[in-house]
Amino acid sequence: MSEDGRFGLDRRTKLLGPVRLDSGGQFAPVEFAYETYGELNADKSNAILVCHALTGDQYLASTHPVTGKPGWWLRLVGEGKPVDPARHCIICINVLGSCMGSSGPASFDPGTDAPYGMEFPVITIADMVRAQAILLDHLGIERLACVVGGSMGGMQALTWASLFPDRVQSAIVIASTARHSAQNIAFHEVGRQAIMADPNWQGGAYYGSLDQPDAGLAVARMAAHITYLSEEGLTEKFGRRLQDRDAKTFGFDADFQVESYLRYQGLSFVERFDANSYLYITRAMDYYDLAEEHGGVLANAFAGTRTRFCLVSFDSDWLYPTIESKRIVKALNAAGAAASFVELSSPFGHDSFLLDAPEMNRIVDGFLKAGGL
Amino acid sequence: MSTLRPDLAIIAGTIPAGARVLDVGCGDGALMAALRDAKGIDARGLEIESANVASAVARGLAVVQGDADTDLADYPDDGFDYAILSQTLQTTRRPDLVLDQLLRIGKQAFVSFPNFAQWKIRFAHMIGGRMPVTKQLPHRWYDTPNIHHVTIDDFKSFVAERGFTIEGEWYLSGEKARGAGLANLLAEHAVFLLRR
Repeated sequence: MSEDGRFGLDRRTKLLGPVRLDSGGQFAPVEFAYETYGELNADKSNAILVCHALTGDQYLASTHPVTGKPGWWLRLVGEGKPVDPARHCIICINVLGSCMGSSGPASFDPGTDAPYGMEFPVITIADMVRAQAILLDHLGIERLACVVGGSMGGMQALTWASLFPDRVQSAIVIASTARHSAQNIAFHEVGRQAIMADPNWQGGAYYGSLDQPDAGLAVARMAAHITYLSEEGLTEKFGRRLQDRDAKTFGFDADFQVESYLRYQGLSFVERFDANSYLYITRAMDYYDLAEEHGGVLANAFAGTRTRFCLVSFDSDWLYPTIESKRIVKALNAAGAAASFVELSSPFGHDSFLLDAPEMNRIVDGFLKAGGL
Repeated sequence: MSTLRPDLAIIAGTIPAGARVLDVGCGDGALMAALRDAKGIDARGLEIESANVASAVARGLAVVQGDADTDLADYPDDGFDYAILSQTLQTTRRPDLVLDQLLRIGKQAFVSFPNFAQWKIRFAHMIGGRMPVTKQLPHRWYDTPNIHHVTIDDFKSFVAERGFTIEGEWYLSGEKARGAGLANLLAEHAVFLLRR
């Protein structure tokens, strides 16, 4: 397998597709940026697809080329971890619409030889999943032993199980939801408006321009970042402490540590992310409602499924609170699916799934091993 | 199976291979694991304590965190051949409604509980004048999770009132099975198999 150029770190490929889109049309050709870790076994029964979140990417367990930071889920994936390249063939694909090498608004439109910009079609979570299926076909992987994802990655895992029940043996859905709530949509709309209100956004045609919508994108990230944390976590980390000063300045500098922290989060984000991708992916998440195309009955999305499910929520996550996971569990029970669910305690809000969570690791490990992995 | 609690061993010994089983209040999944290992049964569980759920899932069982009082309503009619409620009835807020749910979800239901009319408990109460603290009911009145104590005779008359049928009954003193004679006075635990 190691001789096979389709597998390994930092892979790129362009496939004919096409991807059928929920908006009605189709998209082709499709560029994919992805990484694989570990070897596919002889009967191809050890493939695990890890789906990334909104601003994540394929650098699941290897150094990010832009930020130089280690892989984003090394706490769960790696040697001796529940998802282990010594035992599993792990695949992580940059989602359609993103900006780390897979087709997105910053990619070149072969029709015009210019970046798509706002000509890129509005995509959905299901579109992302159908694209991933095309890449897996190319890799010769018919069945996934497991699809794992947190947050938007969990939405993809649920969608995989719903769209391709015969290709998905098990799904692990962490800190996620089966639909975006009004509050979820509202926060995303704040972010999108921040980007589009930035004059440098230029209707999305800022590629090649000296003026980039960095300010808008940074504000979008700042607003979103608050939703990933908890009040308790923010209080513990920053309280009302001042940043490098002994007294308030009676001005609008970042007096408070929490302001300074958010500004840093916003600024560092624009270094690695494309503003239009942010618009497109948040839109895909807002359009997400797995029950919608099943007559509003979520259980029907899983009718007759043989996929095993494992769901984990965190008690301090107010972005996708426990009640959303319980809705999914209720639907899975109604569909007679094998489902496990546990709410774990953590003070760190939505981001808990990316942090040190030994109990989560123990659950994922047991769940995978019970599936013979 | 030898390490199973005696009431669970009775239940595990009675359920046939291939049955669809829901264990309500499954704890860390001991019974579910025994059913899986001995009979290849793919049981489902409901458990309120997150640490117990984590342990059960970590051993590969399909267990969902939830509360018997509120979350059984989410399960479809006739989803299971057997619904099991072991040592949990007396901890629910509305045991009557939980039993109704149990026999809606399961075609049959196993229910096991500590018998509050067993003579040691009667003596502790009658002679000692105190709420009983015994081996099978080790909690004190203020910290006990057992908020609806029930006796074997209470349970039987409730079952009759509800129009359910008793398909099987087992009684335990300590670890040992005992006959039905004077069970309400002598048995520490009871296990019932009910059907609609």
